[in-house]
Amino acid sequence: MSASLTLVIVMAVMYAAGVYVMLERSLTRVLIGFLLVGNATNLLIFIMSGRPGSAPIVTGASVEDMVDPIPQVLMLTAIVINFGITALLLALIYRSWWLAQLGDEGDTLTDEHATESDDDADATFRSSADDDDAVAESIDEFERGDGATSDEDTVSTKTDAAGRAAASASHPGDAR
Amino acid sequence: MTALVPLIVCLPLLGAAVALILGRRRRLQVLVSVLSLTAATVMSAVLLVLVDRTGPAVVQVGGWEAPWGIVLVVDRLSALMLLISALMLLGVLLFAVGQGIIDGDTETPVSIFHPTYLVLAAGLFNAFVAGDLFSMYVGFEMLLSASYVLLTLGGTGARIRVGITYIVVSLVSSILFLSAIALIYGATGTVTLALIAERMPDLPADIQLILGLLLLIAFGVKAAVFPMSFWLPDSYPTAPAPVTAVFAGLLTKVGVYAILRTQTLFFPDNQFSMPLMIVAALTLLVGILGALAQADIKRLLSFTLVSHIGYMLFGIAIGTPLAIAATIFYVVHHIVVQTTLFLTTGLIDRVGGTTSLSRLGGLLRSSPLVAILFFLGALNLGGIPPFSGFLGKIALFQAGTIVGDPIIYVLIGVGALTSLLTLYALARAWNMAFWRPKQQVTDYTSSMSVSLVEDPHDEGIVVKKTISPLMIGATTSMLVLTLALTVFAGPIFDLTTRAAANISSPSTYISAVFPNGTGSIAESNVGTNFEGGAK
Repeated sequence: MSASLTLVIVMAVMYAAGVYVMLERSLTRVLIGFLLVGNATNLLIFIMSGRPGSAPIVTGASVEDMVDPIPQVLMLTAIVINFGITALLLALIYRSWWLAQLGDEGDTLTDEHATESDDDADATFRSSADDDDAVAESIDEFERGDGATSDEDTVSTKTDAAGRAAASASHPGDAR
Repeated sequence: MTALVPLIVCLPLLGAAVALILGRRRRLQVLVSVLSLTAATVMSAVLLVLVDRTGPAVVQVGGWEAPWGIVLVVDRLSALMLLISALMLLGVLLFAVGQGIIDGDTETPVSIFHPTYLVLAAGLFNAFVAGDLFSMYVGFEMLLSASYVLLTLGGTGARIRVGITYIVVSLVSSILFLSAIALIYGATGTVTLALIAERMPDLPADIQLILGLLLLIAFGVKAAVFPMSFWLPDSYPTAPAPVTAVFAGLLTKVGVYAILRTQTLFFPDNQFSMPLMIVAALTLLVGILGALAQADIKRLLSFTLVSHIGYMLFGIAIGTPLAIAATIFYVVHHIVVQTTLFLTTGLIDRVGGTTSLSRLGGLLRSSPLVAILFFLGALNLGGIPPFSGFLGKIALFQAGTIVGDPIIYVLIGVGALTSLLTLYALARAWNMAFWRPKQQVTDYTSSMSVSLVEDPHDEGIVVKKTISPLMIGATTSMLVLTLALTVFAGPIFDLTTRAAANISSPSTYISAVFPNGTGSIAESNVGTNFEGGAK
C-alpha cells in the first residue's frame, strides 16, 4: 500500500494532541480532544484509500486511475456522526456549566414549569428568549446573593458538595 | 422473509419519527411506540422460526451485491438476539408507561423518552442484523447516541456528571472501533464480515494480532470487561429505573455479541483464547468483589452485571461449539434476569423510598409481591438449581471440562466462587431489605453489614410512591419469561446449539453471504490498495 507520508504525520500529531487534550479536566478541552481524535481517525480511513487518483465517477477515465471510493463513503458517515455527537456534547457542557454556576439551585430551577398547562408550556417553548433571560437573571441573582463561593472550580466539586450547597443556600450570609 | 430484515430496523425508526411529531398527544405517542415494538417482537419471532428452518436470511440493500453494497445477515444467533431484545424493550417500555401514568412525566418525559427509546431499539436491531463492520458501527452509534440522551434525561446535576463520563468513555471506544475498521479495510480491502473472514487468515500473524486486539478493546469497553468496566457501576444506577434496566440488560450484551461474532468469524483458530481467559477471570472476580461492598441495590446489581460478563467471555475463550452454545444461552438468560432485577429494584425504590440496604427493611410484610419478584430473580442470577442461571453455568463448565486445560479448571473454580459470592451478595440484600423487621433498621448491627459502602451520591431522601398495576404486570411477565427459560431450557439449548453450529465455522456464514463463492470477487476491487496489504 502506498500512502502520503505527510498525511501519516498529520494524523499521528492529531492523535497525540487529541489524546493529550482529552485527558484534561475541563469539558471544553475534552470536546476539542474528541474533535481532534475523531478527525485523526477520518484521516486514517482516508489514508487507507492508498495512492491519489482521479475521481471515482464514471466519466471515461480508466478504472485503474480511480481512487478507491469506499473510504470516502465511510469518512462521510463518520463525519456526520461526529457532528451530531459534538452538538450533543456542547449542549451537555452548557448544561453542566449552568449547573456549576447555580449549584444545587440548578436542579430545582427546571421545576418552575412543572405546574404549567400545555398552553403555557407551548408559549414557553415559543419564546426561547425568555428562557435565556431567566438563566441570565438566575445567575445574576446567584452572584449577587451567595455567589462568593462560585469560583472557577467546576462541576465536580459543586455537585459533590450538593449537601453543603443546600445548607448554605438557606443562610445566604454564611457563604461569604 | 427477507423483507422482514430491513423492516425490523426501519419500523422503530419510523415509529420514532411519528412519536416525535405527535409530541404533545401523549396517549397517541405511547400507542405508537408500544405498537411498533410489538410489531418488532412479532417480526423477530417470525424471523427466528424461518431462519431456524431455512437457514440465514441475507439482504443486499438496494440490490447492490456484497461486498460493494451493504449486506444484512440474520442467522440463528442474530435472530435470537433480536427476539430477546425486542421482548425486553417491550417489557421495559410498558413499565415506563406505567411509571409515567403515576408520576406524570417527571422521570420519563414522554415527548423525549419515547422517540429516543425507539431510536435505541432501531440501533440495537441494526447492530444485530449488520453484515458488515461499518453498519455495525452505525448501529452502535445509533444506540449510543440514544443512550446518551436517555441517561441524561431531565438534565439534573448527578445525571449530567455521570452522563459526561459515560459519553467520553463510549466515544473513546467508538473511535477505537472506527480505527479498527479503517485498519481492517487497509489490510483486507473490505468491510463485509464474510469477506474479512475469508481474507483474515491470509494476513501475517502480527497484523492479525493488532486487528484482533483493537476490536477486542473497542468491544470490551462496551461490554464492560475488566479493566475497561470502571465506568459502568457509576453511570447506570443514576438513570431512571426503566432506562437502567434496559441499559443493564441490553447495551453490554451488544458488546458481547460483537465480540462473539468477530472472534468466531475472523479468528476461528481462537488465537485470543489465553488473554480472554485471563480477563474473564479478572472480570468475574473484580466485579463480584465490588458487588460485595455495595449498600445500594442498584450499584450492587451493576457490579454483578460486570462480573457475569466474565462467564460469557469464558465461553468465547473456550471456543468449542458446545461452549459457544452455552455462551449464547447464558447471554439470553442474563439479558432477561438482569432486566427483571433492575425493574424490581425500580419497584423497591418506590415502595421503600430508597435503594440503600441500610435504610430498607420489612418489605416482605409491606409488599410481598415485590419480595417474591426479587427473591426468584436473585436465586436465578445466583445460579441456584434448577433455574436457567444454574443451567447456563453448568453447560459452560461442562464445555470447559471437555477441553480440560489447567487454566480452564482455574476458571471453573473462579466461576463457581463468583456464583457463590453473587448468591451471598443477593441473599444479604434480601435479608436486609425484605426479611428483617422495619423496627430493626435503626441501630442495626450485623457482621454482614460491616463492609457496606454507601452510594457516594446517595441523597438519603425517602419518598415513597405508589406502584401502578402496569409496572407490576410488566415486571411479573419478565419474571415469568425467566422461569420459561428454565422450563423450556431443553428446546432453547437445542436452538443455541444449532446457532453455535452456524457460527463456529466461518464457512457457513461466508457461503450464506456469497452463495456463488468469493472467487469472482477479484482482489483488484480495492484498486491500488490491496497489493501490499495482505500479501
